[in-house]
Amino acid sequence: MKNRKINYLGKTLLLGLVLITNLNCERDLSDEAIDATFAKTAEVFIDDFVGMGSDFYFPYGGSKATAWSVDNTEGYNSTSSMRIDVPNANDPEGSYAGAILRVDGAGRNLTDYDALTFYVKASQGVVIGEFGFGEDFDQNKYMATITNVSVGTNWTKVIIPIPDASKLTQERGMFRYAAGSQGTNGFGYTFWIDELKFEKLGTIAHGQASIMNGNNISETTFVGVNSNVEGIISTFNLPNGLNQVVNLSSAYLNYESSNPAVATVDATGLVTSLSTGTAVITATINGVDATGSLTINCVGTFVHAPEPQQNQANVISIFSDTYNNVPVNYYNGYWQPWQTTVSNDFSVNGDNILNYTIFNFVGIEFSSPTVDATAMTHFHIDVFIPGPIAPGRELRVIVVDFGAGGVFGGGDDTRHSTTFTAPTLVSQNWVSIDIPFANMPNLASRSHLAQIILEGGDGSVLYADNIYFYN
Amino acid sequence: MTLKHSSTKKSFLLASTLLLLLACSEDEKQQVITKTKLVMQEEFDGNGAPNPALWSFDIGTGNNGWGNNEQQYYTDRPENIVVEDGMLKITARQELYLGSSYTSARILTKGKFEQKYGRIEARIKMPWGKGLWPAFWMLGANIDEVSWPQCGEIDIVEYLGNQPTKVFGTVHGPGYSAGQSVSKTYTLPNSRFDTDFHIFGIEWGENYINYYVDDVLYNQITPADVEGEWVFNQPFYIILNMAVGGNLPGSPNSDTSFPQTMLVDYIRVYE
Repeated sequence: MKNRKINYLGKTLLLGLVLITNLNCERDLSDEAIDATFAKTAEVFIDDFVGMGSDFYFPYGGSKATAWSVDNTEGYNSTSSMRIDVPNANDPEGSYAGAILRVDGAGRNLTDYDALTFYVKASQGVVIGEFGFGEDFDQNKYMATITNVSVGTNWTKVIIPIPDASKLTQERGMFRYAAGSQGTNGFGYTFWIDELKFEKLGTIAHGQASIMNGNNISETTFVGVNSNVEGIISTFNLPNGLNQVVNLSSAYLNYESSNPAVATVDATGLVTSLSTGTAVITATINGVDATGSLTINCVGTFVHAPEPQQNQANVISIFSDTYNNVPVNYYNGYWQPWQTTVSNDFSVNGDNILNYTIFNFVGIEFSSPTVDATAMTHFHIDVFIPGPIAPGRELRVIVVDFGAGGVFGGGDDTRHSTTFTAPTLVSQNWVSIDIPFANMPNLASRSHLAQIILEGGDGSVLYADNIYFYN
Repeated sequence: MTLKHSSTKKSFLLASTLLLLLACSEDEKQQVITKTKLVMQEEFDGNGAPNPALWSFDIGTGNNGWGNNEQQYYTDRPENIVVEDGMLKITARQELYLGSSYTSARILTKGKFEQKYGRIEARIKMPWGKGLWPAFWMLGANIDEVSWPQCGEIDIVEYLGNQPTKVFGTVHGPGYSAGQSVSKTYTLPNSRFDTDFHIFGIEWGENYINYYVDDVLYNQITPADVEGEWVFNQPFYIILNMAVGGNLPGSPNSDTSFPQTMLVDYIRVYE
């Protein structure tokens, strides 16, 4: 430990000399010299903190801020370690222990290392929720975390592989942890961490990653739609032969679009559809292909629903980008057991669209609070059916009032269902539906409106927009 | 290789022997190799099946999984064994094949190339994953007359896919086979055997076998180290194989990714 400290100082001195020399020659610093100012310090805590500055500990919200301390009686081959006292679940000061350790100052250059390692032991055998690094409470760009780490009562070494060290040129997030008492019946325990440092082990291999949870996913989009590469996971083979799953930020991977004219993808996995066609988004980690892909089928320019023309004052809006919407519990209740409908909502140039796929029926609820529409005269919704309209296809629009009780059930709920068929229903065009309350005789009241239900889907896709009451 | 390895007691004994040797040596650096006259080289430079003038195949599951409850069926199909890109590729696959759950390959020089003494080495890149058990080893050429373990067995290198930093070299003979065999493990510092090629060899002479990995001599076995007859002063033949499962490595698990390939760049024999 002491040797390493000296080395660190040595490097700093060297840099100082370089700086001085350059200044004397009245030359500008080269780019290399600037890069080099990001310390390559490996150590975080070796019996004491190394190069962390003074203000480096930041607990998570809801965690017990005083859970962490330095213990000067316990240590791995020493008498000093970081000590975390995980509180009981009912501790009023916080129900768990968790924090980041962030360098107070410039980030470190960790490109020479392949793992963050430390020794840990606990007051009893426990499974600790999360250990990781790369969280800085800023962009959290390069987070890497291992979860559910089994910790015994004697010191054991933990290895967290660095998914791609070449990205970590100025990292401030040196460590993060989160530990609760879910596995200990709500009772607290203590664990100690020592020899916390980045290392070049050379014995971590076969890093592999997946996107879209390893599946080949297709998505239909329009020009201007953003999609995300999700379901990212990585696995590394440790020197003990076990595979370690590492949860990682999307920016650790490198992304590629097979057809950038159709869709581009940025360094964080954000995909933007640009023109009609197909593009396959794939990823690599450390030059190794990740499994899974995202195929973008861009079907061209999105036809927006007609712009609503009523004044805000005459509207109670459930879903639109034109009006302020009332509080909505959900736009898809995933009502079991019969509902198949899945939401894949999207946004085209700021126009948000409800996208119901595998649509049979779906419920939208706005019951907290319910809506008093006694001053309104009509209900409006725009729907768009991309697929063909089969003979006999219906779309039923049901408006539900929860009655004076204001809650579902209670014997006073009423509803009216209005059925639409061809030729009102058309494919590939927005259908604007306006239903006067006067034509909803089964709706006994409209002072506690709480749900809109759409029924009659054939398992294909339905877009919806501009759902509101108006007069 | 035919049966289990390892005996910790022996390792201690060997370690002290080695220390003694080192202590007695006048040289600053011990010679890893002394035999430099090339007498046989298999560079695996062709394309297709291994050279039939040098190699035969073992096919099937042997007796009781080749004596170890191994789970693979050995074939001579190119899916399991092929020479290409300047190397021999032995590939273990997970597939249902004639009653087995895995396939792989095993080749031997029995009756085609047999060697008494010399330096015998191969350059190999190992596979990875629990249950994989590749080996480069030798059996006494008189096995059909005296049978195992009287014929002797020299395991130049064995490796388990769930211990990617370790290899071990072993001898088996009468009175010291299987669990009583004489073995030593070598651990690679700061690297693994499944990420790069490494050289595994022995220098073998009358009454000694020296084991090395790359430029590190890590063991010497002499008649003093074995509790039985020294049966290594006679010709042996060479075997290359990759077993799957069995008593020593245990079965593959969900973390084992198939197919897995053992790459052999060359085998060279010096005197």
